Amino acid sequence: MGMQSQDIIRRSATNGLTPAPQARDHQQEVAKLIDVSICTGCKGCQVACSEWNDLRDEVGHNVGVYDNPADLTAESWTVIRFDEVEDESGRLEWLLRKEGCMHCEEPGCLKACPSPGAIVQFANGIVDFQSDQCIGCGYCIAGCPFDVPRINKKDNKAYKCTLCADRVSVGQEPACVKTCPTGAISFGSKAEMKDLAASRVEELKSRGHEGAGLYDPQGVGGTHVMYVLTHADKPEMYHRLPKDPHISPFVRGWKEWLKPVGAIGFIATLAGAFAHYVGVGPNTVDTPEPEPAKQPEEKESVAASDTAQGDRPAGRE
Amino acid sequence: MDTKNLILRTKFIDRMCHWTMVACFFLVALSGLSWFFPSLSWMNGVLGTPQLARMLHPFLGTVVFLLLVCMFFRFVHHNILVKTDMTWFRNVGDVLANKHTKPLKIGKYNAGQKILFWCIMLLISALFVTGVVAWRPYFAGYFPIPAIRLALLAHSMAGLGLILLVIGHIYMGIWVRGSVTGMLTGYVSRAWAKQHHDRWYEEEVAPSNDTPAKHHP
Repeated sequence: MGMQSQDIIRRSATNGLTPAPQARDHQQEVAKLIDVSICTGCKGCQVACSEWNDLRDEVGHNVGVYDNPADLTAESWTVIRFDEVEDESGRLEWLLRKEGCMHCEEPGCLKACPSPGAIVQFANGIVDFQSDQCIGCGYCIAGCPFDVPRINKKDNKAYKCTLCADRVSVGQEPACVKTCPTGAISFGSKAEMKDLAASRVEELKSRGHEGAGLYDPQGVGGTHVMYVLTHADKPEMYHRLPKDPHISPFVRGWKEWLKPVGAIGFIATLAGAFAHYVGVGPNTVDTPEPEPAKQPEEKESVAASDTAQGDRPAGRE
Repeated sequence: MDTKNLILRTKFIDRMCHWTMVACFFLVALSGLSWFFPSLSWMNGVLGTPQLARMLHPFLGTVVFLLLVCMFFRFVHHNILVKTDMTWFRNVGDVLANKHTKPLKIGKYNAGQKILFWCIMLLISALFVTGVVAWRPYFAGYFPIPAIRLALLAHSMAGLGLILLVIGHIYMGIWVRGSVTGMLTGYVSRAWAKQHHDRWYEEEVAPSNDTPAKHHP
């Protein structure tokens, strides 16, 4: 919050005519690279995250799996996912993935958010929630293609990984990167991380992991948290990591298509009513009252034909 | 007020129902618009702060829905489409052009009002159902995220449709002189009734010409 030293390239619920401050645009895009093949699932990153961000989630229950806590929460911004899979030859493989916000280049949460400035995207690519502006509607949850944001019951506000925006803004790496004992998490410019990923993928392939690759999904314009996966051809194996994540067409329809249609609808309705009133004038009661019996024959016939077949409403006053 | 030559068109209970709904709808619609068109985010100031507005919007929406259920049972029997409504549809051009030349056999509500009645019933019901699906923190957690996305899209479409219809409804009230007073006090003049709802006047009001106009406590 309050990252005035950083350039904001996108701001939720803000008209393009009045953009957020973006004069300090000489910033490098950053990225976090998580190499699942090096992760041992020690959960040191979870602890470092809680420590740096002053989070102390409630201690939960063992639900029979190693995932602990069992899911992301408003106070657990990252969780190591453990998936046991068997390959064709029946050999067990344990797939680990550090789950958390992907910091999309085109963030669905930001698109869906209706509160001006509650979600911002900095020029370095970090997507951050400005919790004091949050209204607790949960639209970010509907907008996110990765099911990451969570609403906190304590204050009814949404939370997620900040990519340690506060640390990054002063030239430090995120807490999880700093603490990772195996070096599975790296941090740097997006270009550097892609280079690093390429060499890692090459090495994994040389060791027989044919499906190894970089996860930087283009459906959301790429992400600022990327994975090196040993099975990049089947990312769903890693706790339902989507193969082709994108902002839902329902969210796009709601935020992109319906808005101009609605605006035209309002203008047309108000203009129509105005023109009608100016053109026709108020509908006042005619005086004197014409007696029905003295009305011209042709006008009577309209009513008469209807009376012949006329129904009456089901009830009376 | 002197109601000797006036006709009681809308009873106290129905007027209260209508105007309570208007008050709640005004707050719900403005706060809803503030989120749909963020450039109008100042509109949620009608409910205090953005956070308060977000919290109160669904509760007030529920009040609107409950009042709608009451109004449905109070008004539905006047709003069943009948064959004579075709006369109104055929002459809708004259109606809008303010030409009162022929009697159109209009019951207590004209065909346009009946269509509005059913559209409002449909849209507010849709808003209630989709609103519950998206209602945090109480109900949204019980629905899968794709269902919430669809509900949010449908909710905003229904909301827009409803607000546009209500703008039309308000305009008609302003255009047809005597309508707003009729809904506020309950009373309309005999001339008003004859002109705008001739069949209603003939069938429901004229037979009791000898007796004084109905009064409601």
